[in-house]
Amino acid sequence: MNVWLDPLIESVVKCIIVLALLMATAGYLTLVERKLLARMQSRYGPNRAGPLGLLQPLADGIKLLLKEPITPRAVKIPVYLAAPAISLFVAIMAFAVVPLGPAFYLWGHQRTMAVADVNIGVLYLLAILSLGVYGIVLGSWGSSNRYSLLGGLRSSAQMISYELSLGLSLIGVVLLAGTLSPIGIVQAQNHRPLTWFFLLQPVGFALFSIGAFAETNRAPFDLAEAEQELTGGYHTEYPGMRFGLYYIAEYMNMTTLSALVATLFLGGWVGIGNGIFFDITATPWAQILGVFWFLVKAALFLFLFIWVRATLPRIRYDKLMWFGWKILLPLAVLNLLVTALYVSLS
Amino acid sequence: MAILEFARGLGVTFKNMVRPPQTIQYPEQRRRLPERTRGRHVLHRYENGLERCIGCYLCAGACPADCIYIEAAENTPDNRVSAGERYARIYEIDELRCIFCGFCEEACPTGAITLEPILDISDYSRGPLIYTKDMLLEPPRDLDSMPA
Repeated sequence: MNVWLDPLIESVVKCIIVLALLMATAGYLTLVERKLLARMQSRYGPNRAGPLGLLQPLADGIKLLLKEPITPRAVKIPVYLAAPAISLFVAIMAFAVVPLGPAFYLWGHQRTMAVADVNIGVLYLLAILSLGVYGIVLGSWGSSNRYSLLGGLRSSAQMISYELSLGLSLIGVVLLAGTLSPIGIVQAQNHRPLTWFFLLQPVGFALFSIGAFAETNRAPFDLAEAEQELTGGYHTEYPGMRFGLYYIAEYMNMTTLSALVATLFLGGWVGIGNGIFFDITATPWAQILGVFWFLVKAALFLFLFIWVRATLPRIRYDKLMWFGWKILLPLAVLNLLVTALYVSLS
Repeated sequence: MAILEFARGLGVTFKNMVRPPQTIQYPEQRRRLPERTRGRHVLHRYENGLERCIGCYLCAGACPADCIYIEAAENTPDNRVSAGERYARIYEIDELRCIFCGFCEEACPTGAITLEPILDISDYSRGPLIYTKDMLLEPPRDLDSMPA
């Protein structure tokens, strides 16, 4: 096929698949979360719209679209309208470097299952993830509302504090893998059995998980949208689908970070027991099974998101800062130091 | 230590997740109410199908919320409705005004009106919540199927 047309078509097809996958996951994650939360509180959750409540996300979407888009008089229009879009943009962008499965050959070319096979993928991820705070801060500032601004301030302080330990925990993984490419990191975890990085880097895994909760503004770190004292925080002034964008962005962020955990710590697309009992990469089922294992691992971490939300109350603001700076950061530095020593000595 | 407590908390939520929910799925499943629950009113009949209500206005007089409206009429030999001299030609209860105190039940000399464990009294407007006699009256029993 044409030399430049072929990669173009490949990229477009991958983009469409990943976008559709993300949208569907984010939509149905809202239903799964409501159902699981309900069960953890001895309730049923949504079960009226369609069989088992499966049409609930559609009904929610239609409701949000039909709502009147009220624009408060004092808002700073360009900032106010751009902010939710930035949130969503960041949530989608981060997924671009996540490989869904092993590479395969089609029409004489090797195709990776990530939208972009970037050799500095982890760096790209850190850059994109730290952009995420702009969506919230700009939205809260553009709303010209005190509660919103308080939410935005909390969120910016929180994200900056927790991103430090998040980034440092990733460097441990990068040191062990010797590469910044997510595909390379998955391969590095599967050279030998039992070398998935959550086993080799338990502290790093814990730090990254905690950072992921803070990064997505999820309980117990959901201070930016504390309903009780901030009446919704940064999205107080957003009606209908504008709020919907923030909502979808939150769930997409959860999905993206779960996919990242699966890739960077849980061995990516390689299944349990592979390399010990059998070698899956040798069979033609490798691609399908690979995607399956990847989705299972990401789903496990998504379950953890919901499980923790049902369990933990919100952390007090000063404790949040104390925890971030005085516990997580020293731990992250220590973890990095030990890992660096180990890598340089071996 | 904090981590142990965290794990214990996760255990509690997980245990609750695998247990069946407590919710009663209302329109399909209903809670069994105590026999003497004071819910919606029901007007009763005697065994032979005649109405118990004799149109004496005692319930309307006893009602603190003034929600019972009655117009009585004479029983005639060819139109015998109740067992007494008179019967209630119109019997209306405004269920929105009713405070479900049960005084009407106590005031009734013939046991014609009782409060039953019926709680699904709701509508989209006020009109349908003024219950008329045909809505309150229990259906006549099938006299043919009864033992003589």
